[in-house]
Amino acid sequence: MSGPELLRAMGVEKRFGAVVAASEINIAIAVGERVSLIGSNGAGKTTFVNMITGYLKPDSGHIFFGERDITPLAPRDITRLGVARSFQIPQLCAELTVLDNMLVAFACHDNRLSFWQPARKAGAVASADTLLARFRLGEHRDRRVAELPGGVRKLLDIAMALTGSPKLLLLDEPTSGVSAEEKFPMMDIVMTALGAEAMTVLFVEHDMDIVERYANRVVAFYSGRIIADAAPGVALAADDVRRYVTGTLQHAEH
Amino acid sequence: MATLAGSAARERANASSNTRFLLAGVALTLLLVLAGSVMPKWLTFLITLAASHGLVSLGIVLLMRGGVVSFGQGLVFAVGAYAAALAFNKLGFTDAVGLALLGGVAATLIAAPFAPLLSRYRGIFFAMLTLALSMVAYGVLVKTEVLGGSDGFNMGRPTLFGQTLPDARVGFVMYAVTITFAAALALLARVYFDSTRGLITLAVRENELRVEYLGGSVRRSMAINFVLAAFAGGAGGALTVMSLGHIDPNFSYWTTSGEFVFVAILAGWQSVLAVFVASTVLEVVRSFSSLYFPNTWQLALGLFLLFVIRFLPRGIGSLWFSRVWFRRLGGGQ
Repeated sequence: MSGPELLRAMGVEKRFGAVVAASEINIAIAVGERVSLIGSNGAGKTTFVNMITGYLKPDSGHIFFGERDITPLAPRDITRLGVARSFQIPQLCAELTVLDNMLVAFACHDNRLSFWQPARKAGAVASADTLLARFRLGEHRDRRVAELPGGVRKLLDIAMALTGSPKLLLLDEPTSGVSAEEKFPMMDIVMTALGAEAMTVLFVEHDMDIVERYANRVVAFYSGRIIADAAPGVALAADDVRRYVTGTLQHAEH
Repeated sequence: MATLAGSAARERANASSNTRFLLAGVALTLLLVLAGSVMPKWLTFLITLAASHGLVSLGIVLLMRGGVVSFGQGLVFAVGAYAAALAFNKLGFTDAVGLALLGGVAATLIAAPFAPLLSRYRGIFFAMLTLALSMVAYGVLVKTEVLGGSDGFNMGRPTLFGQTLPDARVGFVMYAVTITFAAALALLARVYFDSTRGLITLAVRENELRVEYLGGSVRRSMAINFVLAAFAGGAGGALTVMSLGHIDPNFSYWTTSGEFVFVAILAGWQSVLAVFVASTVLEVVRSFSSLYFPNTWQLALGLFLLFVIRFLPRGIGSLWFSRVWFRRLGGGQ
């Protein structure tokens, strides 16, 4: 691990009835790492993301953010500590414009919301415009979200997550629902937009080309357990990962 | 750099548009008050009731912006009205503006304890719970002999800033007070709608999950809106009873609440002015239909609502508001 530690999960367990969604999850993530979470459907990736954001509470174990145990905190308090997330299906306000969606996001981070201050005050609009420009969304600024194509919505969803200058960004399948030829350009836009802030990123991803190109660490899940945690080249070559995640090692081969 | 200069220009445009709203509001109020001095009495009375009822519907519009509709605003309407009438009769507090404020405060106090509970509910559950509260109040008022039971009681003539109001002028003064009070709350509502909290209310209507994940509190937004709506409704009730001079438990009956919802749907949630236009439309239709077709005026109202929902789904406010909104955004590109 390179930089100081940002996130640590210790002995995290989570069950839904008989289903083990997380078991003995021990992981430490350093500032600035780009970690990709991989695994087949139901392997426990999203459960892990949901436990970091506080949306789900682990049955046992602890999650630390920096020095602080965030396991008992409410999702909103965790967000305010600097954990932001984007969504597999973009979660936007469809009837509002792109700019208004950004202003909503900025307003939500404001500790002193006002009945008086206009939402469109110069400072907020300028910050929104800057962020929109970084995500190359400037041209869509005054359009309603309902009119926008899927790829643009994905980018806006991520841009909104960045409004609070989070320390940790969780991206849930950033390229799902994006056509094959748009995936790389889109991830380039996202990673360039993030680059300026040396942000720590955890992203759930199914496309191994994306994982190899944008992650510097891969954590593979299988039925609630971590089966590999290494650099992409090493992790993707591991037998368990090839057998249970990427499917490149067939059972017949051994 | 060009973007920054652009947004600075837009900001100036916004500031001047806010000032425009304020000036337009003040001008319209003055114009209405002046016009009132030459209007026939029945018309000033009609507009007075349209404005005081409009305040209650303004509260519903406030809630509608967050995605919920209260079918029980009759509760705060009645609480405000009873509080004002009782303060007048029992405490000898007679100032019209003071009573209007008192009505608002009383309704706020009654509504506030329910706000955290109601902020958990949406859709039909919110509507039914608010309806239930108002009907409980109705039941209690009907059975309370001290308050006149189902007959209610009369209230005397209010004063204004220490002046008693003679027969000839009381109608006009109450008209002027009601219009001015309603205009002040309407302008405050506009400021609130355009504020950061107001924008979050719109976001809650669209996507609660996202607001929570961004660190905003959905329930706090909903609770605040419920309390603010109560204040507007209570003030509306107090202003109404001062003009009518009589109060009874029907203020809290569900058909009364239904009329406020009717006006709110007619108005749509974008424009504040539309609420008062819609409220006036209702009063006009009510007066004329009940004069000419006494038993079928609800039919005329129903057909009108059908027409609006079919052709103006965002209410009559969308007739002018979408264009204003577009200009405020800087007219696109």
